[in-house]
Amino acid sequence: MSQLQLAEPPVHPGHEPAAPLADEAREPLKKKQIAADHPTWCPGCGDFAVLSLYFKLIEKRGLWQEKLATVAGIGCSSRFPYFVQGHGAHFIHGRALPFATGVSLARPDLHVFAFGGDGDAFSIGGNHFNHTARKNLNLTYVVMDNFVYGLTKKQTSPTSPLGFKSKTDMWGAVDQPINPMKQAIAAGATFVARTTHTNPKHVLEVFEAALDHNGFSFVECLSECVEFFPGAFNETNPRKGGAFDEVPEDHDVTDELAAYKLAGADFPGYFGVFYKVDRPTKNELEAGINEKFQAKVEGLKPWQILRQNFDRMK
Amino acid sequence: MSEAPAPASAESEGGSQVSKISEVVIRIAGNSQDGIQSIGGFLARLAGRSEQEVMTFMTIPSTISGGPSIFQVRVGTGEVLSAGDDADVLLAFYQHSYENHIESLKPGGVVLYDSDHVEEKEEYRENYRHVGIPISSLTVEAIGGTARDKGKNIFALGLIARTFDLDSEKLAGLITEKFKGKGGKVLENALAGFHAGYGYSIGDVFETFEFHEAEGKNYEQVVMAGNEALAYGLIAGGVRFGAGYPITPWSDIMELLRRELPKYGGSFIQCEDEIASVAMAIGAGFAGVVSCTGSSGPGISLKSEALGWAQMAEIPLVVIDVQRGGPSTGMPTNIEQSDLNIACYGAHGDSPRVVVAPSDVEDCFYIAIEAVNIARKYNVPVLVLTDQAIATRIEAFADPDLESIVQEFPPDLTPVKDHKPYDLSVPDGVTTRVVPGTRIESGQYPIATGLEHNEMGHPSASPKMHMEMMAKRRNKLKALARELPTPEVYGPNEGNVLLVGWGSTQGPMREAVDRARAKGDSISSLSIRHINPLPEGLEEIFAGFHHVHVVETNDEGLYGFGQLGGLLRSRYADPKIKGINKTDGLTWKVREILERVEEKLAADQA
Repeated sequence: MSQLQLAEPPVHPGHEPAAPLADEAREPLKKKQIAADHPTWCPGCGDFAVLSLYFKLIEKRGLWQEKLATVAGIGCSSRFPYFVQGHGAHFIHGRALPFATGVSLARPDLHVFAFGGDGDAFSIGGNHFNHTARKNLNLTYVVMDNFVYGLTKKQTSPTSPLGFKSKTDMWGAVDQPINPMKQAIAAGATFVARTTHTNPKHVLEVFEAALDHNGFSFVECLSECVEFFPGAFNETNPRKGGAFDEVPEDHDVTDELAAYKLAGADFPGYFGVFYKVDRPTKNELEAGINEKFQAKVEGLKPWQILRQNFDRMK
Repeated sequence: MSEAPAPASAESEGGSQVSKISEVVIRIAGNSQDGIQSIGGFLARLAGRSEQEVMTFMTIPSTISGGPSIFQVRVGTGEVLSAGDDADVLLAFYQHSYENHIESLKPGGVVLYDSDHVEEKEEYRENYRHVGIPISSLTVEAIGGTARDKGKNIFALGLIARTFDLDSEKLAGLITEKFKGKGGKVLENALAGFHAGYGYSIGDVFETFEFHEAEGKNYEQVVMAGNEALAYGLIAGGVRFGAGYPITPWSDIMELLRRELPKYGGSFIQCEDEIASVAMAIGAGFAGVVSCTGSSGPGISLKSEALGWAQMAEIPLVVIDVQRGGPSTGMPTNIEQSDLNIACYGAHGDSPRVVVAPSDVEDCFYIAIEAVNIARKYNVPVLVLTDQAIATRIEAFADPDLESIVQEFPPDLTPVKDHKPYDLSVPDGVTTRVVPGTRIESGQYPIATGLEHNEMGHPSASPKMHMEMMAKRRNKLKALARELPTPEVYGPNEGNVLLVGWGSTQGPMREAVDRARAKGDSISSLSIRHINPLPEGLEEIFAGFHHVHVVETNDEGLYGFGQLGGLLRSRYADPKIKGINKTDGLTWKVREILERVEEKLAADQA
């Protein structure tokens, strides 16, 4: 049996190797270097704040582009990767998490951030949310929750409150909305936090905690859609007469039941880390399996490992 | 034993006849839990070690436990191209096995039956030779009272070994290899059952057989099923990540990869659904690890949107489709080649797809490696279309030179000066990828995207850009087409009839050519492995024949062509391309192909 021999692909301009650069010789990235396209969001959109706080996180923590992958699905907020100057992918609707999982498992050297909206996370991608949480993948998922479908211009979303008037519920939404915090806790997420775009300091704190968490870190960040659901989050904003109640100091973040109760508070609810526990990540568990099997074939080249199988099939 | 056996007979020591044969087709019929597949597996492996050719065919019920099942094995000293139209020997465990399969025997064929469960029928006595053996009770006797009739498959294996003078020591060795890990008692019982069957005297009732000396092959053979060959081919090709969801008949591949990849530092992940699995595999491919997913019919439908994304974003990925009977849930354990259209066209938008199809078990191994190399060079998803007939059948093939074949592609993170992921200046649109984790000196980083985009991967709605990017994605595949070898015609390059097929039809088509040419017919065959894009040179081949019949295990469609037939028609606009199709869920018999060709030729003349 002869194999198809393919010619080497052409080399294209710019692909010459660059000189190595020692970490010590590098400055942390500045906002100017991390920002790419000007966002296509409507003026006043909450997503601007989330983006600039992602830049802040990168700046503050001294991350470089080769340490990060920014991934999203489809939706207004999912345009995120285009606005970040770094390796990124804009995947299909609802599937950002399994895509991000592939990146995370294949490349333990990267920190993977997935961004998306409530439709992406809890409607079309609802199944993936639960399974990524229970498998405890080492990645951060930020859902920019605006309680409405924005990109398609005002249909009911899975987090739209009862009575919300949209183009698909002109008399007001009738379906019980999803509570993202409860969903995440019940699914087995190991880091569950809630914040809102109008409190930048809080967003950054939560982002940092999420980055530092070993495992699936889920952040719901309320992010107002000024076009289709203006004022949705006024109740969370003290400047607009609302209340920004942080998670009580005496809350035990390892207490699942307490976290679930906290998540059940009426809107506007609480902000901060609801739940945080340590459980082996999928990445660690798979690496553990590999370690065990690789010990048995130590010193063998891949063809020699395969040889063992083929010899048994003679 | 292709004709009535008994050409060169001689008296054996026991007084029975010994006939020299060059090949035999044995059909074993029972229930799925009887372990009849392992009888077949042992016979196939023995043939492989005896330098004989072997091919098997099996059916399994789609129910979880129980239900009738068959395993057919054809072993020969010459070239074995198909599992055989009719059987020489039927081994029947139950009344239903006997009644449903006796007519699969050649006239004069032998039925060995378990007389504890089967009653002979008068009507079959004239045409077939009957040998009743109390297999169940003899097995219990040999192994001990508590074993019930578990192990009667191994007893039957012994019987077959005696009947065909098979190497009992080698078989005992194979049994030992298989059962030694399961504890002393299990192995002891298996060997006891085998020796009891081998020692059972059937010498007085009918003759035994002996194979002609095999032509000395100067190479060693390995014996495996198509799904195994494909999975090992993926590993050899350098696949180190996979994701999938269980579905028959693809699951064997994911199970094997789950078990084997960790040794190579890779992982196979079982996902929550088909969409997650393709998304995860694409994510790993994006991240620079050679990656695969796979499924069967319904799962491929679910993966379509994401495959379109991989095509658009130019991410390498290998996708296995072990085809089964469709549409919808269809016939999950039957054979069909009806996913060619979804493989080639199954996504919205103009999204040309690379599709390849292995033509036998050996080819499963090599085509998987080819798929990896095409995916990596051209940054495309490559669909490998195999089918149930190849997936589950066992063949022996030359042991590959793994040292020179096995590939390893760790992610290349060498920093580069600059990078445009969708650079339009590169010849034929064959751009190189730079994966996450790579530092790019210019500070300009790529985005992989499903939106129409500019050279950096940022959204662009410019009509010019859309046309240029569309051409880039098309031109890559045209460049690939130029690299593909023209397939070789089996038989003369010119003549009256050319049979064209893909996948598992190769063997039966070739045997049909051999048989018809022996009678003086002018007929050749052509197997196409590269389905999309098609290799160059097919037009010239077709020009050498008066009739081109495309043999496929799929429906004749609204216009009289199967799925490859339709593709060839639209590509070559040649009215002499016609379809020979069927959807009975079974492999093609050689006889069937020849009859259908006759019908077509007669219809053309009328």
